[in-house]
Formats: sequence, C-alpha cells, structure tokens
Amino acid sequence: MAELGSFTLLLALALSVYSFLAGLIALSFQKQKLATQPTSSKAPNLVPQSSGFGSLLRQSSERLSETARRAGIASFGAVLLASIILVVCAFQDNFSIAYIFHHSNRDLPGPYKFAVLWSGQEGSLLFWSLLLTGYAFVLRLRYKTDPRLFAYASVALAGVQIFFLSLLNFAAHPFAIMQGNLPADGSGLNPLLQYPEMVIHPPMLYLGYVGFTVPFAFALGALITKYPGEKWIHITRRWTMVTWGFLTCGIFLGAHWAYSVLGWGGYWGWDPVENASLMPWLTGTAFLHSVMMQEKRGMLKVWNMWLVFATFWLAILGTFLTRSGIISSVHAFAQSSIGDWFAWFLVLTLVVFLFFFVKNRKHLVSEHKLESLASRESSFLFNNLLFVLLCFTVLWGTWFPKISELVQGNKVTVGAPFYNRVAIPVALLLLILTAVGPLLAWRKTSLESLKRNFLWPTIGAVIVAIFLMITPESWGSVFGLKPWHDISYFYSLMAISLSVLVILTVASEFYRGGKVISKHTGQGTFASMVQLTHRNTRRYGGYIVHFGVVVVIIGLAGAAFNQDQEKEMGYGDRMSIGPYTLLCRSYTEDESPNYFSQWAMIDVFKNGKAIGSMTPVRRFYKASQQTSTIPDIRSTLNEDLYLVFEGVNQDNGHPIIKAHLNALVMWIWMGVWIMLIGTGLALVPNAQAPARAPVTARLERAQPAPVVTGD
Amino acid sequence: MLILCAVIFLIAGASDPASRFSDIGHHMMCICGCNQILLECNHVGCPASDGMRGELMAAVNRGDSDSLVEQAFVQKYGPTVLAAPTGKGFDRVAYIIPVIALILGFGLIVMVVRAWRNRPAPAIAGGLPPIRASELDQFREQARRETEL
Repeated sequence: MAELGSFTLLLALALSVYSFLAGLIALSFQKQKLATQPTSSKAPNLVPQSSGFGSLLRQSSERLSETARRAGIASFGAVLLASIILVVCAFQDNFSIAYIFHHSNRDLPGPYKFAVLWSGQEGSLLFWSLLLTGYAFVLRLRYKTDPRLFAYASVALAGVQIFFLSLLNFAAHPFAIMQGNLPADGSGLNPLLQYPEMVIHPPMLYLGYVGFTVPFAFALGALITKYPGEKWIHITRRWTMVTWGFLTCGIFLGAHWAYSVLGWGGYWGWDPVENASLMPWLTGTAFLHSVMMQEKRGMLKVWNMWLVFATFWLAILGTFLTRSGIISSVHAFAQSSIGDWFAWFLVLTLVVFLFFFVKNRKHLVSEHKLESLASRESSFLFNNLLFVLLCFTVLWGTWFPKISELVQGNKVTVGAPFYNRVAIPVALLLLILTAVGPLLAWRKTSLESLKRNFLWPTIGAVIVAIFLMITPESWGSVFGLKPWHDISYFYSLMAISLSVLVILTVASEFYRGGKVISKHTGQGTFASMVQLTHRNTRRYGGYIVHFGVVVVIIGLAGAAFNQDQEKEMGYGDRMSIGPYTLLCRSYTEDESPNYFSQWAMIDVFKNGKAIGSMTPVRRFYKASQQTSTIPDIRSTLNEDLYLVFEGVNQDNGHPIIKAHLNALVMWIWMGVWIMLIGTGLALVPNAQAPARAPVTARLERAQPAPVVTGD
Repeated sequence: MLILCAVIFLIAGASDPASRFSDIGHHMMCICGCNQILLECNHVGCPASDGMRGELMAAVNRGDSDSLVEQAFVQKYGPTVLAAPTGKGFDRVAYIIPVIALILGFGLIVMVVRAWRNRPAPAIAGGLPPIRASELDQFREQARRETEL
C-alpha cells in the first residue's frame, strides 16, 4: 500500500508539472499568436516564420492547452487516490507506515481514524494538496466561462500544486516506512484531537486557506493578460465568498473546539496559529468590501489586486509559521526543514507577483473621482484601512517576540492583554463604520438623509446602553454594567451599544426597503422584505452577515464579565459561583479500550432551585499516555456554566473541580450561524424585479447619469 | 470615543486585593510551557502556576505596587512572564507602531479622498456633457420622493 501511495503522489507531481509546463507553453504561443493578428502593425516581426518544432507547437497550442487542463484534472484523481490509500492504511492499522504509527492506534474510534489524514504534518500537507487539486479540478471543469483566463488561472494553480506535491514527495512523505521492528500498536492520536469537531474543523479551515489560492490565480491571470473589464472580479468574488465562508466556519469551529476541549474556559488565546487564520480572514473581508468599489465605480484596481495577493500570501505565511517552528505556539507542528520550503515559496510568489505587477501596472490605472467624504466610497476606504490595520496589528504582534529577540536579545510574550489594548479600539471604529457604511449612498449622502436614517437607531443604542448601566448587577452577565470601574467594562458597553446600532440600522434598511415594495405591490411587509432580499441577495445577504458579526461581537463583549472558582470537592461539598451552587453528589472512574476516565457528578442549583446535573470528565489515553479534559457546559443565552474536572487530590482521591461562569458565549455560536446563512444567501442569484415603466420612462426622459445603487 | 477611552484608562483601575490579584494575574503567563495566562492555567500538578499564584497573592497582600510586583516576577522568571510587552524601552515600539500605522493610514486616506474630489469629472464617450452635481442632486431628490414611505 505504501508503494502505491508513493507512486500516486509521484504521478500527481508529474501531472502537475506537465499541466504547468504545457499550459505555460500553450499560453505563451497563444499570446504570440494574438500579437500576430492582422490588426497589429508590428505583428510580422514577432513570430519567427520557420521554426519547425515551434511552428508545430503554435499550431497545436490549443490542443496542448487542453492536455494541460486534462493533466491538471487527472492530478486531482492521483492525489485523491493517495489520500484514500492513507485513510485505508489507518483503518487497516498499517503501522509499517511511520505516519500511521505516530498518529493512530488499534482502538482509535473509526471517525478519528479518518481524521488521521489531517492530524499530523505529512497527512495535513497531503490533505492540503487534495483540497488544492480539488478546487483546481472544479476550476478546470468550468473553463468554458472564459477559456483564456481560466487557462492562466489553471497554470498558476498548477504552479502551487507543484510546490505542495514536491514537499510531499521530497520533504514530508506521508508514506515513509518505519525503520526496525514493526510495532504492535501505534502511538495514538493526540487526545486533544479526539473530539467530534476535530473531524470537521481542519477541513473547513483548510478549505478556507487553500481556497484563497483560486482568487489569487485569477488575479495573477488577469494581471498577466491585462484582462479587460471587471469580469474577472465577478468570477473571483464568488470564489472568495465561498472560501471566506469556509474560513469563517473553520476559525469558529476551532474556537468552539478550544472552548469545549482545552478546558481553560476560553475560546481564543491569540496564539500565533490562531492569528495565522485570522490574518487572511481580515484581508479577505477587506477584499469582499473593496471589490464593490471596482465593480460599481471602477476604482481601487491596484488595491484589490494587492489584497487578493496578500490574502493568499498570508494563508501561506500562516502555514509557514505553523510548520517552521520559527514562532513558538502550543498548536505548532514539530519543527522541521519544511519551514525553509515555505519561506522560499513565499519569496518566489512575491517576486512573481511583483514582476507582473510592475510590468503591467498601467493596465490597472483607474479614474478615481469622489464627490463627497460622506459617501459609500469613502466609507469603504476607511473600512479597508481598518481591516488592513487590524491584520497588520495581528501580524506585528505575532512577529514582535522574534523582533524583540533580534533587537534586545530576549523574547517577550505578546498575549491577550496586548491585543485587547491595541486591536479593540480599532475593532470598535470598524463597528461604527459597519453601522454607518450601509446607510451611505454611492457618490454622495446629504446630511439630512444621514440624520433621518440614524436618529432612531442611535436613540435605540443609547437606550440599551443606559438600560445595561441601570439594571441591578444581581441579574448577572452584562447587566449592571459600570463602565467607569474597568476599561474592559467600558469596551464591553461600547461594543454592545454599537452592535445594537448596527442591528437597528440593518433592520431599518430591511424595513424601509420592504415598505417601498409593499407600497407598490400591496404585499405584507415581511413578504416584501423577503422579496427585497431575493431581488438583491448580495446586498441583503451582506446585511445578514453584518448582523451575524455583531451578534458574535456581543458574545465577545461578555468576556469582561467571566468569573471562575476552583475547589476540591468530596461527597456533599458545595461551591458557589454567581447565582449557581454546585453540589458534588458522586465521583468515580471508568475504562474503555481507548482510555481510562474519571468523572464527577455535580448537582446544579440556580438561586436555590435544582436545575440539573453536570458531569465533567478527565481522560487518560492509553496509547499516547496523555490526559485530556472534557468539560461539561450548560449554555444559556445569558451565560455558560462550564465545569472542568481538573484532577484528583492524591491524598484523599477527591476531584478538583474548576467552575467558570462565562457571559454571553452562546451569542458567539449563534452569530456564526447567522454569518454563514448570510454568506449562503449572498451566493444565491438575484430574482428579477418587475420593470416599472412610468418611473423608467421619466428617468429616461431626464437622461440621468449612471447612478448605481445597491450593495 | 478615543478621548473617552483615555479618560476611562486614567480613572479605571482595580483597588481591592482580590481585583488586583485578578488584574495582575491576567497580565502574566504561566511559565510551565503551556502558553496560558497565569490565572487561566488549568493543569493539576502544574509545576509553576500554584507557586506563582502564591507569590502574587503574597505581594498583593503586602501592598506592593503593580509595577513592583511585575518587576519582581520579571527578575525571577524572565521577561516572558509578562503577557504583553511593557511600556518601557524597546517594548514601547510594540504599541507605537500600530498607532503610527493608524495615523498614517488615516492621513493617507484623507489625502487620497481630497485628491480624488478635486479631479475633473471624466469625459463621457459619445460627446455627452458630463453630469453636473446639481443635476445629480435633482435626480437623488426625485428618487427619494418616489421611494419615500
């Protein structure tokens, strides 16, 4: 099996190399052919008239291009086969393969054996290649949309494929054979990865990371070909939205996994690996906004090109950080030489992009004209600045320990307090723009219109802020908030108030639009709002994403009010936290083929009333000889009661229980669902709005300027 | 908002020992290698966190100032014990650079917006005269009237 796996990987590399080279040759001859069209005055001098092999290639360049496309498609088949072989080896407990030995064991449950594919360095690189060739497979199948642009994108993707498949074949081989005696059982999968979400979190995250290669490939293709018009932006935007959705899903699945498995009561630790996923997400989000400027007004062509490149580049940089060991992280894979490969690949992609940018930058010149600072255009400019600044802050914070070591000889830690201090004010400014931006019109917005649109949402936000401050603290969570007690409370109050402002402005947009349709069609307001959304799914799907984002932010704002308690609990012992009282009813041990477990049964009372039992668990995995906690979490809209079985007092056998009371955490997970629904909605094609002759006729008589609305 | 932040920064601050313990403890790292904030380290039998928490509690109860406590921890455990760069020496650069980037970014955008506003309107193909701002306002008003509730 290992030999077959190795062969398929080698075949995939060969096919990718062919796809790249043949595609490149075909495109270069097609380019020369285009340059020799009769309309070109200098055409006859460009192509040598009598070069036997060259002439043959020129004549059959389209056929060559087709073979390159088919080789690219076949490379997906080869990588898919290699991945299937690795998974089958995991299910067969084939410990002759070193990767399987290090990441699996006989008693590992089936779903986790499947997840072995992405549980270690080599397997995850194979999985990365599988997704990359998978995306490229879809792209190559859809080539008829625009054969020339797709051919360029296919070649760019083949180039990236070559890099990852070379890594797999020469530096991180997943089918490497064990040396010496064959072990009876494997070392087992890391216990922290033995959790249902771990079966879907990495695929989602990787779909996000890898997916940004596609917009980059299109951007590079458009740059090289000096692609006319904005069609490539339309094609790229949909790919970017899908990819962005996957990355969003992956990031929050990771956060939920950290919350549910790691047992420290939090979901985000500003670890370099977490930051690595956040950076491309931020630039990708900036691109999804700024791309509208190019579509509607033909502006920011250079900026968009760089944003697409930066997003791809940051995704690879994140992988470099994770794999090179250059920056210490609790998540990082073992330090290995593949960091150098990534470093060189980063340099190479930068050089290639920079070369074509410098060569063809004149093609990206656009007519920038702004009428007013109070316009959608300027709000997008500030929005992009803040997103890129947030990305820069995260990048700066991630690298600062290394910079400090180089400058002053000692490392420093850059953890949550740094990011809270630097990034939160920027995020609050972004929240203000999220509220203001959608209400600004393209070109110019009058002060009167701003006042009209903002008055009620602002009053609503102020009322909520006052309500939070005057409610009694005994209500728990964010109630009774005194912003002058602590800067984190102030940030929370600002975040919640601004989120309410965003929600109200989004709601008013739906309501006003729905009312207009209702007035003209006689439908009910809700049905009109549904129709409104269906007529412009991108705009209203985007608003739903904004709504989801602020629901997430309300959840994040709750972190300032978290509490925790820790106690050794024998039979009948009690512990209080917030309105809850915990009573230890029992504790015991259990054994399964994969692990030993210790667990406690805790009765929970809220304000003196019994509300149920919770059972935090601690496991000891036999194969890996590692422990892991499985916290028990009782979630409500207001707060999560989060119990961790931390360990056992060796003297008396009593469990040590840590209780966290985390405010508003459920809002985060709800917000993510809303974001994903909004993203899905934005991908749905628009319904046609019925034409209204009288208005059109009047406007036509008046010969209006092409004022664009929407989005 | 920035001014409000600054005011809150000045007047806010924990004063009672429990709040100070929590505040300082959340600005320090456990040094066992878990990469977690000191008060969030959740390993039973962690070789470091229990002792560090004890030292922190003792220092807070003695009435040592925040900076004195941090200094003592840095001397004993090294600079990585602090969860964020300090505001002294080269560490200040960590905070200054993002602020400079923000100011430069804002300045750049304001300049760009001003330059774009002062540009003449692009000529429309076909010899049509460019639309005047007053005409645009007129059409906006018309659109507003027709879509008014």
